[in-house]
Amino acid sequence: MTQTQQPVALAPGAPPTAGRARGPAALGFLREAALLPVLVVILVVGAVISPVFLTTDNLLSGVGQQVSALGVTVVGESLILLIGGMDLSLEATYGLAPMIAAWLLVPKAAFGSGLMLNPYLGILILFAIGAAVGLVNGLLIVKARLNGFIVTLGMTVLLAGLQNGSVQGQSPYQLPQAFAFIGTEYLGKVPVSLVVAAVVFIGAGLFLRYHRTGRAIYAIGGNAEAARAAGIRVDRVRIGVYVAGSMLAALGGLIEAGRVSSVTGDQGYQEGIIFTVFAAAVIGGVSLQGGKGTMLGAASGVVLLGLVQNIINLSNAPNYWQLAINGGVILFALALARIVGGESSAENP
Amino acid sequence: MNVDTDIGVGCGAGDGSEAPAAVAARGITKSYGSTRALRGVDISLASGRCLGLVGRNGAGKSTLVSILSGLQKPDSGEVTFAGRAAPPAGAVHAWRERLATVHQHSMIVPELTVAENVFLGRLPRRRGRVDWAAVRAQARAVLGEWGSGVDAAELCRNLSVEQRQIVELARAVAAGTKVLLLDEPTAALEHDAVQRLFTRVRQLVDSGVAVLYISHHLEEVFDICDDVAVLRDGDLVLSAPTAELTTDRLVDAMVHGTGARTSPAAVAAGTMPMSSLLADVTEAASEELRADVPALELSDLAAASALGDLRGISLKVAPGESVGVVGLISSGVVTLGRITAGTQRADQGELLVAGKPLPPGDRAAAVKAGVGYIPEDRRAAGFIGGLSIAENITMSVTDRLSAGRGGMLRPRAVLEAARPWADSLALVSSSLKQPVADLSGGNQQKVTVARALARGPKLIVAVTPTRGVDVASKELLLLALRQAADAGAGLLLATDELDDLVYCDRVLVLVRGRIAAEVPGGQLDRTALIAAIEGVAGAADPSSNTSQFPDSAVEAGEAE
Repeated sequence: MTQTQQPVALAPGAPPTAGRARGPAALGFLREAALLPVLVVILVVGAVISPVFLTTDNLLSGVGQQVSALGVTVVGESLILLIGGMDLSLEATYGLAPMIAAWLLVPKAAFGSGLMLNPYLGILILFAIGAAVGLVNGLLIVKARLNGFIVTLGMTVLLAGLQNGSVQGQSPYQLPQAFAFIGTEYLGKVPVSLVVAAVVFIGAGLFLRYHRTGRAIYAIGGNAEAARAAGIRVDRVRIGVYVAGSMLAALGGLIEAGRVSSVTGDQGYQEGIIFTVFAAAVIGGVSLQGGKGTMLGAASGVVLLGLVQNIINLSNAPNYWQLAINGGVILFALALARIVGGESSAENP
Repeated sequence: MNVDTDIGVGCGAGDGSEAPAAVAARGITKSYGSTRALRGVDISLASGRCLGLVGRNGAGKSTLVSILSGLQKPDSGEVTFAGRAAPPAGAVHAWRERLATVHQHSMIVPELTVAENVFLGRLPRRRGRVDWAAVRAQARAVLGEWGSGVDAAELCRNLSVEQRQIVELARAVAAGTKVLLLDEPTAALEHDAVQRLFTRVRQLVDSGVAVLYISHHLEEVFDICDDVAVLRDGDLVLSAPTAELTTDRLVDAMVHGTGARTSPAAVAAGTMPMSSLLADVTEAASEELRADVPALELSDLAAASALGDLRGISLKVAPGESVGVVGLISSGVVTLGRITAGTQRADQGELLVAGKPLPPGDRAAAVKAGVGYIPEDRRAAGFIGGLSIAENITMSVTDRLSAGRGGMLRPRAVLEAARPWADSLALVSSSLKQPVADLSGGNQQKVTVARALARGPKLIVAVTPTRGVDVASKELLLLALRQAADAGAGLLLATDELDDLVYCDRVLVLVRGRIAAEVPGGQLDRTALIAAIEGVAGAADPSSNTSQFPDSAVEAGEAE
């Protein structure tokens, strides 16, 4: 997810639109390059604050593993933002899906149901829960034409309630090895979760750039009416994207559960990760109005926030103040992304 | 860009001997990157006169308007109001005191009342609070002058397009504006409403207001303007009193010297590859088409719609036939187009494309069945501004371009598929990767038309395909549609614009949701057609006696 692209120099005499004329991908590269100096500054600051910061171990496990769960969820949210929607309930799916799955897998003594299902079946159930939540959201928003903000807000509260209610506030642990694999294991020095996140980002990026449905997602976000007139099945794509987004959030939850070796009642909603999810997407140039943004940008947003979070952790900042520091840094990063991103990163009033 | 024309014509409309012009622009130059939108344009507006500004899309009209209304700063040159220097560009309030603009697209706030819109941003106050009694009283006084019957307390979202425009004009009058810019004000109006608008503009001009009138409709310019100025490629190439000009002279000034690449004559003469390309693309489709199966068959189609009801339409379009359906917008022409294209459901009736019924209101299924569609409002449904020209043109054929590749598209294949269409329609752009939002209106419409033709349709539904398009592009687009029909597609051309019908084999006239007359194509009698459209001539169709009453013109006005 590192970025080597340098700003593309415009040919002399080229019209100012030449950069834009290169299409969404080049736009992503330019934006990415624009965030590059910010990343460099963060790396320097981190190196000054802690000698541990620039070590391979810290960057791969400390940052890499930490951002993986967030990262795949950001991919899900970015897809939904691209079609001009929004989904607040991803954070609750991120908590509920692994919670139900874990509850079905672990013994009663570890706060499970005692059913002790096969862990692979558990992973299947986890994705099924994600798909079901996304389908309900999609149907309510696309077919019943309810407002996406309030539908997914309501869904958030419902799912978070189910998450705590199903285990009566307990945190199932002793997760089976197969279930925790993605979140805990390493391939050499590289965490599996980081590999999974990278594959998800690259896969989603290629899909959006080259697949006809990926292009349809941009078309729908840009102008749904025109997309419909061109014969794109707008409703079907939209619902599909809500389903995919929620499944990615469930995957994020699986990674996080494996990383901490249990599913707490706090995972997702209580942690309030949705703010970080939106912030990473927007810092990375994904428009809240739809039709604009790339996976490369979203990834850079995730890396940027992950590095900042890591530096805060390493700096031994007082616990009580970490939340405030985190919020302040995100607001600062948003403003910075708007400045370095130029007019293309502006939201229309 | 051609640089051979450096005529430097720049005679203002004013006489020079009298007081300084209400607005004068001198030596206005404006460039966007390497594109020079305006090159030293001199133009002046005199009080009590109406100056028409015409030019093809991309000639620099919009740039000039935005400079004259203070939205943009020229690279060089100056603007003066009654001899005094203009406020700095961007000082919105200062400009608004001197000049008002009525835009092509309504700048009315729909959720506010008429009175609030008239005084938008400058509501009369008393002791720090809005004086609502004064707002209503003053708004009524202003609106009363027009005798328009617009209620000051009405919410603007309940108003018709014409009434909204009246509100915009009233806003200018209430502000005491001495200069008025009208930017294609008739684009969304019907015939009667246009005449009423002209009466109001005339009144304003007579009261000493200077009016700049921008339009694509040359006959309107002759109707209402005292003088005409023509822009071409950023140069002011002609400026003269209307009385001294002919339509031919005007068109010549607009088009001349722009090169063969955009000349419809070149297409007509066969020097452009359009016909061969169209034949290639539609060859497969035309083979399937059997002459005895109509491309389109409608029986007893009826629908209630905000865009005009349909009350039992039956018609057939044969492969290779070009059928025009003309009527007021409220007569149902748009509704007919939308239902046929599959973007709207009918309440009753049958719709067969190439002999097969279409699932109602399913645009995607209609595309698969071979229905190409040019929607009535290109901004709303014709293209996706943020995506490239190539992607927009190929949007309905991505399944074919990615066939056997698991849905993956090769960007080069997309470009190659789009290029012949861009070439044959003489699309002007820096690259096919350019976002459509950056193109001029006429070129955007070419993208929309190319998108409709790209799948080799069996039936083309074109709704007001030349709206807001300059004269030369208009011709080119109509010819492209005609040639697609010649290559075997059926063409249903639904419009309120008589000029769109020139290449039609026959023309159906729609009056209040029914087919009131059928006229063979070729030499169309404009007067008779207009009469039929307005529902005043019963001669064309003896069965529609109801439309012979003299009150029909009034009803037509109400329907909008």
